[in-house]
Amino acid sequence: MNTSNKHIVLKTKDLSIGYCSKSGVNSVAKEINIHLEKGKLVCLLGKNGIGKSTLLRTLSKTQHALGGTVYLNNQDLASIASSEMAKEMSLVLTDRIPDSQLSVFELVALGRQPYTNWLGKLSSEDHQKAKKAIAQVGIEAIAAKKYYELSDGQLQKVMIARALAQDTAIIILDEPTAHLDMHHKIEVFKLLQNLVKNTGKTIILSTHEVNLALKIADILWLMTPRNFLSGSLQEHIAQKNLEELFPSKQIKFDPVSEQFILQN
Amino acid sequence: MDFNKTYKLTFIALGVSLLFVALLNISLGSIHIPFKELVYILFRNVESKESWQYIIYNFRIPKAITAMLVGSGLGVSGLLMQTLFRNPLAGPFVLGISSGASLGVACLILGSAFFGGVLGDFMLSTWSITIASSIGAFLVLSSVLIAIKKIRNTMSILIVGLMFGSISAAIINVLSYFSSAEQLQQFIFWSFGSLGNLSWNELTVFFMIILLSTILLLFIIKPLNSLLLGESYAISLGVNIKKTRYIVLITTSLMTGVITAFSGPIAFVGLAIPHLTKLIFNTSDHRILLPAVAINGAILMLVCDAIAQLPTSEHVLPINAVTSLFGAPIVIWLLVRKQKNSL
Repeated sequence: MNTSNKHIVLKTKDLSIGYCSKSGVNSVAKEINIHLEKGKLVCLLGKNGIGKSTLLRTLSKTQHALGGTVYLNNQDLASIASSEMAKEMSLVLTDRIPDSQLSVFELVALGRQPYTNWLGKLSSEDHQKAKKAIAQVGIEAIAAKKYYELSDGQLQKVMIARALAQDTAIIILDEPTAHLDMHHKIEVFKLLQNLVKNTGKTIILSTHEVNLALKIADILWLMTPRNFLSGSLQEHIAQKNLEELFPSKQIKFDPVSEQFILQN
Repeated sequence: MDFNKTYKLTFIALGVSLLFVALLNISLGSIHIPFKELVYILFRNVESKESWQYIIYNFRIPKAITAMLVGSGLGVSGLLMQTLFRNPLAGPFVLGISSGASLGVACLILGSAFFGGVLGDFMLSTWSITIASSIGAFLVLSSVLIAIKKIRNTMSILIVGLMFGSISAAIINVLSYFSSAEQLQQFIFWSFGSLGNLSWNELTVFFMIILLSTILLLFIIKPLNSLLLGESYAISLGVNIKKTRYIVLITTSLMTGVITAFSGPIAFVGLAIPHLTKLIFNTSDHRILLPAVAINGAILMLVCDAIAQLPTSEHVLPINAVTSLFGAPIVIWLLVRKQKNSL
């Protein structure tokens, strides 16, 4: 990959992730080296408990790295103020939103907070960007509803709209399709794919929908018990990386059809 | 979030109600003063009976102002805690903060015997009671905050608050056992809660502390709104969580502390008022909720005080009893509703 340095939005050097607790350091994954170009859709795959969420939290600075460095636009993540981070990276998390009376529009507009004044008053530009974000994910019809009236699928789109309103170059989503039915899963994936195409944003998401991910991702990040692997589908197939993803005999990667299949 | 015209209308309506309730409150009391005379005394400075003027200026108006400050302060504290703890049932009394303030005062009043003399006298001044009560509130609130880091469940947090209340009560019991009848009486009367008996000087101190807290609050309205999405999202929006938490911690313990010091532990107001306000305004935007809660709190406390006066009677009920009588059912109603639609 011969690309000039300025297109690299996210880079890590010998990153190791995990938790520090009283009983000692609990390392989840080591030697993670990422070199991510702008405008790609990245899917992070790996079995449960392998550390996908931990990696995403470390990349978004909501959790400290155990070692190594993360660079955002060639700048050390540790040296970036959180108010600046908020303009570079937005998140869609699995956290449940606490009970409140927020309407969909208000919730999306909260994404404008890094840009609003000290009281959080929306300027006309903020209004426009929030409306645009709502239009981009196609939820105009429910904009006036309270968020607790929504279905899981609608709520997930609202949270994506909120991230879009935050107007960042990178959006990180932690399992955005969990709890959704097949129809909504595909809808969310398509939506994210189109956003990457149309806006040039970099979108990173973790998912268990491996086959869908193989089809739409530009880059696949694989977390296996042994190491972290990054590359396009073809690169992974060539290096037989996908076979290592699940340590089970019941599910196997089929290089011909380029998907995981059940073994009987 | 839009500042709608409908909100403006509601605010005007609330303002008018506040004025009306305040007048009503001042007109009621053990000595009957005709409403017409009251209006004359207040607005026209027409010569009236001197004793009436004295009662109104030195008893009823200070009491009405105290009621408003207490209601606003407790309501705002409750709102802050509900947002910070992401828990609709949080409030200064339910979480044991008021009990902590009581404990501070109990240590002071009942413990002053151990010091005696000049030091003892100093310790019973308004200032020292205020400080002791604020420290008590701050300590309990910090402990609850630490406990809550490990507990996510709504109901468990209530139980933790209850336990802090019980611990405070137990320590107060032990202290009472060792103190003189006179001190005990002083403490018991204080714990009934009372909005009266504040001099204009004390009222000024009270007002300044509530005003200071309110000014501090202005700076965290925006972070409070992002906290509506939960802490992780708030951090990703660039909110300094630690700073916000400290400001909430300081303002709520300051307000609860000073209110408890001046008027005794008053139950449930802090929990009920934010909910009533959210029902009226149907919003979670703190730019609207904070002033609305303050006005509603003032109205509600004036009404409770009017009821406590037992109009046309010479007896006065403890204000704490009145607020509990209407506040406790609201908590039960909230729990029932929560079961129904998990809101």
